[in-house]
Amino acid sequence: MTPPESLADPLSRDAPLPNPLPRPEGELEELERIWRRPRGWRFVTVVNNNWIGTLYLGTAGLFCVFAVILSLLMRAQLAVPANDFLAAERYNQFFTVHGTAMMFLFAVPAVEALGVYLLPAMLAARDLPFPRLSAFAFWAYAIGGTAFFVSLFFGVAPNGGWFMYPPLTSKEYSPGINADFWLLGIGFIEISAIAGAIEIIVGILRNRAPGMSLSKMPLFAWAMLVFAVMIVFAFPAVIWATILLELERAFDWPFFLADRGGDPLLWQHLFWFFGHPEVYIIFLPAAGAVSMIIPAMVQARMVGYGLVALALVGTGFLSFGLWVHHMFATGIPSLSLSFFSAASFAVTVPSGIQVFAWIATIATGRPSLQVPMLFILGFLFIFVLGGLTGVMVAVVPFDWQVHDTYFIVAHLHYVLIGGMVFPLIAGVYYWAPSASGRRMSRRLGTWVFWLLFVGVNLTFFPMHISGLMGMPRRVWTYPEGMGLDPWNMASTIGAGIAACGILLLILDLVLHFRISNDAEGNPYKGGTLEWLPQGNYAARSIPRIHSREPLWDNPALEEEVKQGRHFLPGTVTGLRETIVTSPVEARPQYVAIIPGPGWGHVIAAICTAGFFLSLTVQLVWLAAAFGAVAIGAVVWWLWTGTDYGPLIEKADIGGGLRLPVYVTGPDSVGWWAMVVLILVDATTFGCLIFTHAFLWLSQAQPGWPPEGTTLPELASPAVAAALVAGSAALVWLSDLALRRGRHIAMAVLMLGALALFLGGVTLDLGTWWDAGLRPTVHSFAAAVYANHFWQGFHAVLLAMMALYVAARAFAGLIGPVRRVTFDNVRIFWFYAAAQALAGMALVHLFPRLAGSG
Amino acid sequence: MNLQSVLSPAGPYGAQIAQLTWLLFGGGAVIFGAVLLFLLVALLAGPRSRATLGSRRFVLAAGVGFPVAVLGLLLVHILLVGRAVSLPVPGDAQALRIEMIGRQFWWEVRYPETESGAGFVTANEVHIPVGRDVVLEVASGDVIHSVWIPALHGKIDMIPGRVNRRVIRADRPGVMRGQCTEYCGVQHALMAFFVVARTPQEYEDWLQRQRRPAAEPEDEFLAMGRRVFGEVGCGACHAVRGTEWTARLGPDLTHVGSRLSLAAGALDNHRGTLAGWIAGAQDLKPGNAMPSFAAALDGPELRAVAAWLESLK
Repeated sequence: MTPPESLADPLSRDAPLPNPLPRPEGELEELERIWRRPRGWRFVTVVNNNWIGTLYLGTAGLFCVFAVILSLLMRAQLAVPANDFLAAERYNQFFTVHGTAMMFLFAVPAVEALGVYLLPAMLAARDLPFPRLSAFAFWAYAIGGTAFFVSLFFGVAPNGGWFMYPPLTSKEYSPGINADFWLLGIGFIEISAIAGAIEIIVGILRNRAPGMSLSKMPLFAWAMLVFAVMIVFAFPAVIWATILLELERAFDWPFFLADRGGDPLLWQHLFWFFGHPEVYIIFLPAAGAVSMIIPAMVQARMVGYGLVALALVGTGFLSFGLWVHHMFATGIPSLSLSFFSAASFAVTVPSGIQVFAWIATIATGRPSLQVPMLFILGFLFIFVLGGLTGVMVAVVPFDWQVHDTYFIVAHLHYVLIGGMVFPLIAGVYYWAPSASGRRMSRRLGTWVFWLLFVGVNLTFFPMHISGLMGMPRRVWTYPEGMGLDPWNMASTIGAGIAACGILLLILDLVLHFRISNDAEGNPYKGGTLEWLPQGNYAARSIPRIHSREPLWDNPALEEEVKQGRHFLPGTVTGLRETIVTSPVEARPQYVAIIPGPGWGHVIAAICTAGFFLSLTVQLVWLAAAFGAVAIGAVVWWLWTGTDYGPLIEKADIGGGLRLPVYVTGPDSVGWWAMVVLILVDATTFGCLIFTHAFLWLSQAQPGWPPEGTTLPELASPAVAAALVAGSAALVWLSDLALRRGRHIAMAVLMLGALALFLGGVTLDLGTWWDAGLRPTVHSFAAAVYANHFWQGFHAVLLAMMALYVAARAFAGLIGPVRRVTFDNVRIFWFYAAAQALAGMALVHLFPRLAGSG
Repeated sequence: MNLQSVLSPAGPYGAQIAQLTWLLFGGGAVIFGAVLLFLLVALLAGPRSRATLGSRRFVLAAGVGFPVAVLGLLLVHILLVGRAVSLPVPGDAQALRIEMIGRQFWWEVRYPETESGAGFVTANEVHIPVGRDVVLEVASGDVIHSVWIPALHGKIDMIPGRVNRRVIRADRPGVMRGQCTEYCGVQHALMAFFVVARTPQEYEDWLQRQRRPAAEPEDEFLAMGRRVFGEVGCGACHAVRGTEWTARLGPDLTHVGSRLSLAAGALDNHRGTLAGWIAGAQDLKPGNAMPSFAAALDGPELRAVAAWLESLK
């Protein structure tokens, strides 16, 4: 049946279809059985991306509605001057929760959810490679986000602004647990965003349909790839800042307190190093969605595909060079201000490319004004206006005037509502048929659009003027006689109109949005793979791809895929599987077995949330209990859901391709995930280095380390460094042992390595303590112990990993072939050892080289 | 007349930035109009015009060429404006120096010693002579605040552990309003102040009046007010020069009666508002550092304290 190897590349257009008809009896039924979603109360164990994606998006929408309700209450307070509808403290909690929730609980999760929902279908993968990780991220987020909102009802919601500037948020000025709700609650949700980003990066690079090279990948996937990479490099900064502020609040380590050598600007740099890319993290996926919707709406291929992909990547790069434009008024020298001004101008180029590529695409096609298109046009109007005010605020003298006024409130809402909410709603209307096979209501949708378009403009346009007329942000009231009254009344009326639009949107969703397990139909005639007939298993067979719009170029593709004539039409191991392809050319490499529903990740998510919430309300013992259960649940999840080993020799996916079902090393998706995780880790460590360098620079005059600091002798840290290096050497030896099949020796060596690592880190900690350094005295000492905090955290991680590997080894689940778990621990170990050594160099050598004392 | 508007400048720096503002708005409006026009052409125009837009060349020209050219020019222009509104060179003898310290939720204002006389401390009001550069040296006594006097210049942050500077200049006498623009806690909204620009001669006279210690009570009622002030402990936080009270936790009250507002712009300043503020500071501005004294004072005592403070012109 299979053609001889020499005949043709099975991926080429000329080769016969990979699998012949008729398909064996029961093949489709088995596929359906394996991918079936759990029923009844077991539904919470679901991992199918279409369900998790929808739940994720729905939860993000719900949180958005909560945050909108807060904004309506605030608009009611501001409708007239000197109003007393909301008291100051309540108002402050409302705007803090509104901003925080919109950024962390709505915008990022919503676009991440869109990715989780769409990407497998768009790439024709059965699922992303780590479905339980996505599900874990979702549950952690849903529980954490709910708790965050509930804090409002107890009056303990955060009240320091979504940017949480210390020292206002330090213990002295915010003694309550309000700030801790932000730090622990949001810090934990950021971790879930990173989990999602790892899933998305590995999924996009390794789970594309055979033949879908990077240059044929849908622009939405490009956008999601840049989005996820940006999360990897941006989120560690805010996580690190959060750690520092929580250490300061809980243990009085003065990172941000000027009277003990700290600097409040350290927070601002770290926060905006995250905060500015954050804006593009939110915008890029939406822009990617626009680049998918417009071609379908006008039935024409995207003009300038390469330019747009380049623009997405360019935006990602440039956005990391802009953070200081949130700090123009902090007294930074004017030379660096000019640099950041110019960099902020530069980012208009990739945005301009996209805007004009969209207009050009509209010009080449036959536009039809269906609901998604209305939202796209609304998006262009609002986003371009927001972009223009964005250029204005990059102009330093102008920014000095409008910074922290309602002008900025107007600008940011134009950018975020225009740049993200309108495309998201366009996406909901456009892709709803991919879930249900049916369009949502055109009549309701048109009403939703006009109410939102008019409401949003009427709310936010007047804010430009109230800002210029002297209205600062974050004020719970304003006096009569400043001429602000009519503009504020207009904003409040506009907010009411927009709220009606949201209500109608919810009505339309309730009436017309369904998930059906065998969605068919392509009412908007899209050209990409998410419009193939879909089940819980995604497409019946995985098509080979030769162009960017396969459905337009091969009208028979739908039928071929549905009949099972492309790759992997059934299952080869009786488990959930997906094809893993090479990162650039997307050549099939192996069939990865992926886990199905389970309780482990659900319990882990509940208990991780419980851990952070108990810490927030200072129930340390409860937190310890939750933490222990969470760790147990993670072990259970990994034990049953990863590293299945070579269950069968080779899997025949059709077209003469016989692929392994188990690979190790750089070919395996697990290895890729670990590498991305290490990048996250290294970025965080980079923030630790920045902390030292920045405090040193900022304290150059009084001296850093402060006068009178005794640095420990180098003898004992040298021993500590040798121990850490020795632990890496033992792990290297354990690899040799494993290769020779001696898995018990491997485990023993690894436990030895753990002992050396723990010894090294503890010895270094003791060295500083014995030298008399105390973390509460000065920012220098605090920064030194921050390094120990970070290394100690890694020691705990290594301990858990070593014990897990040892347990797997004793259970006979690790061997010379089945060694993905071991490989991942090994590379993480080498990273952690290198980081520990770099940390020692930082705390011992940097003050000697740079110190003034 | 709006006292706190970017668009009603009262001095050269404010005017330069207002001009820049109009330039940005004009340019922005033209570009916005052009984009909408392109969009309309793409949607509705005939096949020939649409074909021109539907090309890679159009994307490059409009998306790369145009912004690079326009923003390049704009960058040069704003560097020039930026220089024109920047601080005078250090050591410029002409420039006057005034220190402002932000506190939750009011402003301490310090006039350093000059040739004409001693320095002094006041609050929530900055008086300046017209036609002369004034360098505000700003710092913080607690959390981050930001000083903003839109009629005169852009804002500058007050950051613990740092001293920042911003130059202002008014070119005609008049009153302007400023406000805190960095969220600083519960009553951030009620943290404003007034700037009073005076002719050089009036400014000198004002300085002389401010340097004088507080006036002695002129009658029995005012003397009672002064006595009550001491008895209920006002002096634990407030200073009144020429008396035994020198604390610096709250605003200096030596000439509180001469000021345009109370509680950092929250209230007008007269005997009634003074009494209301003393009795109910926590009702009028909840969360500020001043306690409500309604329970500690009876009616006559309250009126007497208010009257005495009002007399401190």
